[in-house]
Amino acid sequence: MRSTLGQQLKDNWLRIAAHVASLAPLVLIVWDLAGGALVVDPVRELTTRTGRAAIALLIASLACTPVHSVFGFKRVMRIRKVLGLYAFLYTTLHFLIFAAWDYGLDFALLWRAIAFQLYVVVGFAAFVILFVLAAISTRQWQKRLGKTWGRIQQAVYLANILAVVHVLWLSKAPDKAIRYGVIIGILLFLRIPPVKKAIVKARKKIVKPAR
Amino acid sequence: MTKIRSSDITPEQVYLSRRKFMTGVGALALLAACGRAAPESEEPPAALPVDPTLAPTEGAVAQTDELGDSFTTFEAITNYNDYYEFSTSKEAVARLAGDFPTRPWTIEVGGLVQKPRIFDIEDILRFDQEERIYRLRCVEAWSMVIPWLGFPLSRLLKEVEPLSSAKYVRFQSFYDPELMPGTLALPQYPWPYVEGLSIAEAMHDLTILSTGLYGKELLPQNGAPLRLVVPWKYGFKSIKAIVKIDLVEEMPASLWMASGYGEYGFWANVNPDVDHRRWSQATERRIGENGRRETLFFNGYADEVASLYPNLDSRDWYY
Repeated sequence: MRSTLGQQLKDNWLRIAAHVASLAPLVLIVWDLAGGALVVDPVRELTTRTGRAAIALLIASLACTPVHSVFGFKRVMRIRKVLGLYAFLYTTLHFLIFAAWDYGLDFALLWRAIAFQLYVVVGFAAFVILFVLAAISTRQWQKRLGKTWGRIQQAVYLANILAVVHVLWLSKAPDKAIRYGVIIGILLFLRIPPVKKAIVKARKKIVKPAR
Repeated sequence: MTKIRSSDITPEQVYLSRRKFMTGVGALALLAACGRAAPESEEPPAALPVDPTLAPTEGAVAQTDELGDSFTTFEAITNYNDYYEFSTSKEAVARLAGDFPTRPWTIEVGGLVQKPRIFDIEDILRFDQEERIYRLRCVEAWSMVIPWLGFPLSRLLKEVEPLSSAKYVRFQSFYDPELMPGTLALPQYPWPYVEGLSIAEAMHDLTILSTGLYGKELLPQNGAPLRLVVPWKYGFKSIKAIVKIDLVEEMPASLWMASGYGEYGFWANVNPDVDHRRWSQATERRIGENGRRETLFFNGYADEVASLYPNLDSRDWYY
């Protein structure tokens, strides 16, 4: 039989790479916490790090479809969901650090903090969207909802945009938000049906589909 | 309310020797030693088991502000700094400011004064230095308790004899892009850093020029060799590395007012009920603690300073 470890690695390298890359920020966080490297203001440091990882993974997940349509690299579609779920994991950690560690689950304070700070309102909305999408991400839900499932999953576009607004409204200077916004804008543009069709057509003219 | 005056103020040498006593033998010995804690008895008696390697933060008895809250650790105060001239990363400032030369240093005091004068930093250090334990409330909603060393700004201003036409005081920081890499990364800001106070605020006894903290000389990341500390205003008003102080007639434009980012204006007094444009000021995170605490009106100094501001309800005072 050829089902050796080598063969498995060959079949699944991209998926393995996605898991390793997605878990790396979390491993670093645990490492720094255990090693006592985060002493002065761990709350702010970890809020920032989990938030950054969440946005990076949201963008990576959003990039899968355009990478497929532009380069014809089909395998990338197999990691789209896992990247999205990791984005949800980091968003959850981000929210838990905010609610439990920073605000000590003091609901009176939390209510004010969420409802009266616009950057938190939009961040929280993105979190709720990702929560719903993660909850119905299973095959069973996909079957049960049929075509609607795909349409619901498109709410992730909105989550991406909300994440950019979140960063814009919490930063002193807009440079970071602009960077994220431009990348997300391009990735959204590339999936507009006529644009996508034109790209696929152009690519097929240049190269025969590789796989 | 808060008696921040004499009882909480400890001269540096007493402070240091008291620390050593406490480290060695604890609070009981401190009581016994109080009478001997004069400057000349800086070294504890040889019989006392004192570890000279202990940092000042490791004293046996925690010191607190007048509200009973412990000092923020020396490590946190010196490694968590908002000092954009070096970096926007709070943790990077200490490293980047490490080699910043604080000698020789002069402070030019002029404008609408009878006797303009250039003070050498050594002249400044000749003013009687006292300890002031103040809360520092950053506009970003974090806070610390810091045992500053310094003297009232009013004492320096009296030396130059302000004219009656002087209505405001304008402070300016040192600026050299070669030594301050953060300014190159933020070319959109109108450097150098400038801040201002009204003359009444500047003459208030709580307003100090600081030359040290925790009984030691200031480190560059905390604004060495000379910085302002105005404890009832958001931290950014407490300008660092001062090279120029001018008494002026018109309200000076601070760097933040001139930056056009819609940040705080001139007054910027701490008020939990007046939010920043982008976030709430209702609560703050005390560095070293978990959870949040409610922010205090005028950062807890309302009894001392509220009388500076007629019509306290006007939002202008807090933005």
